[in-house]
Amino acid sequence: MPQPGSNYAQPSQDGHFGQHGGRFVAETLIHALDELEALYEQAKADPEFQAEFAEDLARFVGRPSPLYFAKRLTERLGGPQIYLKREDLNHTGAHKINNCIGQALLARRMGKPRVIAETGAGQHGVATATVAARFGLECQVYMGAVDIARQALNVYRMKLLGASVVPVHSGSKTLKDALNEALRDWVTHVDDTHYIIGTVAGPHPYPMLVRDFQSVIGQEARSQCLQQMGRLPDALVACVGGGSNALGLFHPFIDDEAVRLVGVEAAGLGLETGRHAAPLNDGQVGVLHGNKTYLMQDADGQISDTHSVSAGLDYPGVGPEHSHLKDIGRAEYDAVTDEEALAAFRLLNQTEGIMPALESSHAVAWVVREAPQFDAGQIVVINLSGRGDKDIQTVADLDGTTL
Amino acid sequence: MSRIGQTLEALRSRRRTALVPFITAGDPHLKATVPALNALVQGGADLLELGVPFSDPEADGPAIQASSERALANGTGLRDVLGCVAEFRAGNDQTPVILMGYLNSVLAMGEGAFAAAALEAGVDGVIIVNLPPEESVSLRGALAEVGIDLILLAAPTSSDERLSAIDRAASGFVYLVSLKGTTGADHISVGEVNQNLARLRTHTQLPVLVGFGIKDGATARALGDQADGVVVGAAIVSRMAALGDDADAIPEALQQFVSEIRQALDA
Repeated sequence: MPQPGSNYAQPSQDGHFGQHGGRFVAETLIHALDELEALYEQAKADPEFQAEFAEDLARFVGRPSPLYFAKRLTERLGGPQIYLKREDLNHTGAHKINNCIGQALLARRMGKPRVIAETGAGQHGVATATVAARFGLECQVYMGAVDIARQALNVYRMKLLGASVVPVHSGSKTLKDALNEALRDWVTHVDDTHYIIGTVAGPHPYPMLVRDFQSVIGQEARSQCLQQMGRLPDALVACVGGGSNALGLFHPFIDDEAVRLVGVEAAGLGLETGRHAAPLNDGQVGVLHGNKTYLMQDADGQISDTHSVSAGLDYPGVGPEHSHLKDIGRAEYDAVTDEEALAAFRLLNQTEGIMPALESSHAVAWVVREAPQFDAGQIVVINLSGRGDKDIQTVADLDGTTL
Repeated sequence: MSRIGQTLEALRSRRRTALVPFITAGDPHLKATVPALNALVQGGADLLELGVPFSDPEADGPAIQASSERALANGTGLRDVLGCVAEFRAGNDQTPVILMGYLNSVLAMGEGAFAAAALEAGVDGVIIVNLPPEESVSLRGALAEVGIDLILLAAPTSSDERLSAIDRAASGFVYLVSLKGTTGADHISVGEVNQNLARLRTHTQLPVLVGFGIKDGATARALGDQADGVVVGAAIVSRMAALGDDADAIPEALQQFVSEIRQALDA
């Protein structure tokens, strides 16, 4: 969280981050958002809720996640000292579970017996199905038909956890369409259903509450840096799709102005090709999925199809707070290509014995590329937001290897 | 008073329930749109709603989603939609035309440029499904400057406080969403709508039109006792879809269907 006396107080009372954010949804949903916001404010101030959240993060998720010094990678790159925040070691294999625990606790407080979620690669779907099982909630996950075909393992995993997975056949049949369908479900079943949005996007209060639940990453990293190195790092680096792992890491460092915050988007086949998923690098401000933010869109305002080798970054929008941090210059946003991410994926496997998710490989790839710009004494923390087991099939296919 | 206000007032004094059909511009192709609008008027429409196709129509059910996809597949953009309105307006200066769509289409053109172009085309009102009153200030201002109504939606879940806020921000009429759900949903309850309508009436003097899930003359008739008008969308769009690319068959089929609803309303 920002330090006491911080000038950074976002979002505003009405849910805006500068010009971004807000609540652009059908009137039918406003009541549920008001209710969620009020309940969240109450829960946030309730020590019992916070204790329950902390307890589950510790015993169910396995937190705190280590801050690991990547010695051989550091030596190989000959740049800064590189540390990895090991979110890949969390239960279910990524940071997504942090937010799902928090929102499941909120659903229970609201007395809502059913949760729904959207998922792209399936990681947020798996995390939601997991907490639904953990808390005894009915769970339905929306997933684009194209993604279902690409991610059979996660689809089956969600079913094993007792969730039902609904294929979405509209639009581009990917993550953005799954989000549309989840919103349609929510507007229809708003009385008994809580929608667990998986990233720092959507209508207020979602960007705020998902950020807050994910801020445990940055809170831990900050105190781990002080403990292990006796000082704050020089830069934090995280991949940005919707941007929840990045914001979770960045947010507790917002007031530490000497700490560079670097978000890395998916440049796909290259920013110049237009075949990417990098709205902060090559997008315009617009409104989608309940919030105003940078989007990939055409001149008529139609949302563009995106491309990234990493399904979790393959989204045309980005959380509104990232758009604001870009506008005010507090965070910088760069992009790396599929090829750079895949090379970083291999490099981390072979230098550290750690298999990063393809999403997280984007953050690693940025450090590989930019390492020469840092001095040897500088410290860089990479958010290793998830593990790469789910991506083995994708990488093997690109290799031409049949498993 | 706007063309919408005048039309609804005239209907009220004749105790006639306004019938407002919806089609998506450019579905199945752009050339079909103006003949379809004319057929709707022939069939007994009092106002027209014209959908602006959008890639991510999150508040719409399958029928209107599919119509939006068909329109986008043949390249229909906001400028084309305005072109349809202008062409329709050249032959009809009586029937109000209301654009219905999503905010990003308007933002991409720019609110001021959109307002000016909409005025020039002959648009009377605009409904933006994902624009609640809190976020509507700037578009409302741009439209008010050119005398176009920004019509706001009220929902079964809207609190009394929100209904008052909607009344303060709305012009033309208030669009009451009949049910918790998307367009074309099949769980409308006339009793519940009438309760919500009565509650809304205590907050607004504006006419109230009801939409979402009104599929036939009987439902329209049942709602018409209390409401100032009814919107019929998905049912019409589905009928058009069933005709495929047979553009010549569309006007006759639409006129027939709308006149059935008209007769039920007037019975």
